[in-house]
Amino acid sequence: MTQPVLTSAGESLPLPEGLPGIVADLSSDQRAFKNVPWGKAMMWIFLLSDTFIFSSFLISYMTVRMSTTEPWPNPSEVFALTLFGQKIPLILIAIMTFILISSSGTMAMAVKFGYEKNKKMTFILLLITAALGATFVGMQAFEWTKLIEDGVRPWGNPMGAAQFGSAFFMITGFHGTHVSIGVIFLIIVAIKVLRGDLDHQRPGFLTGRKGNYEIVETMGLYWHFVDLVWVFIFALFYLW
Amino acid sequence: MAHAEGQQHPVAHAGGQQRPVAHAQGQQHPIGIYLKIWGLLFILSTASYLVDYFHFQGYLRWFLIIVFMLLKAGLIVAIFMHMLWERLALVYVIVVPPVLLMVLLGIGALEADYTFFTRGVFFVKGLL
Repeated sequence: MTQPVLTSAGESLPLPEGLPGIVADLSSDQRAFKNVPWGKAMMWIFLLSDTFIFSSFLISYMTVRMSTTEPWPNPSEVFALTLFGQKIPLILIAIMTFILISSSGTMAMAVKFGYEKNKKMTFILLLITAALGATFVGMQAFEWTKLIEDGVRPWGNPMGAAQFGSAFFMITGFHGTHVSIGVIFLIIVAIKVLRGDLDHQRPGFLTGRKGNYEIVETMGLYWHFVDLVWVFIFALFYLW
Repeated sequence: MAHAEGQQHPVAHAGGQQRPVAHAQGQQHPIGIYLKIWGLLFILSTASYLVDYFHFQGYLRWFLIIVFMLLKAGLIVAIFMHMLWERLALVYVIVVPPVLLMVLLGIGALEADYTFFTRGVFFVKGLL
């Protein structure tokens, strides 16, 4: 690929807005998504496909839950935890929700400091995000252990409908995998930021593309998506 | 190769959209907006937890859970993922396909009702 020749043909034309803008962008030459680096557009399209995967899980969960004649185990009681001698319903899940939302907040700020080329703050915030994500996965492991000890299996459980176990392990397992992968990539991006790879435009390990701070935002999109999926799981699986 | 990648298109400010910090590159917004949204997400999460804690039931529970869920999802996509400031072409390409999932959702619900009904008729005495 060669560099486009910059001629003095004047400034680029203003892009139309609104519905004509959508038509103009999608029918235009070379690139449909103006103003965004292609890495970001591709991340969005990946996230869209991931949305369909998670939606398939949630829709099939809804279908089995609505059609089972056995009583569904009450999540409020199943996920209750005894703290300070009191049985608090769903408290572990609530804490996990707050942790994941906090990690989303720190991630958003990491993106901001990244574009300001504030290496130190970006690194610290990325590490905090990764730490919160790892805490989330740890708590999920604890939750799984507790449920498995209670006799919940993908094919049955002592509390009621057998589908509870399969839906639970499938949905939270897939989400937990996403969080774990996210934590790994957060650490990789944090190291890149600290080493100054993005300032000096060093190419990455897997790609010849030059490093820049847009990868922090792309990473952020993935991380916010993980949080977004949890919002739906929290509402539909735990609060239903 | 890929020399110009990641460079912002020169028309980043077209249309007079709000861009609090007027740099040509990337999505730059003041830190306050992220902190405010963070706070809002905390409040909404607490509210949806309290729905369970106070044992709201029936349509009220459903209504509250769905409203809080959609508000949280909307805030994350719009502000944290910067969809509010993207061009409409990207927004539509990403946001419209999930509408198809609503159709799948509807089909799933109808089918589940039907399955539940037939199971009730044939397998469970006295359910219906």
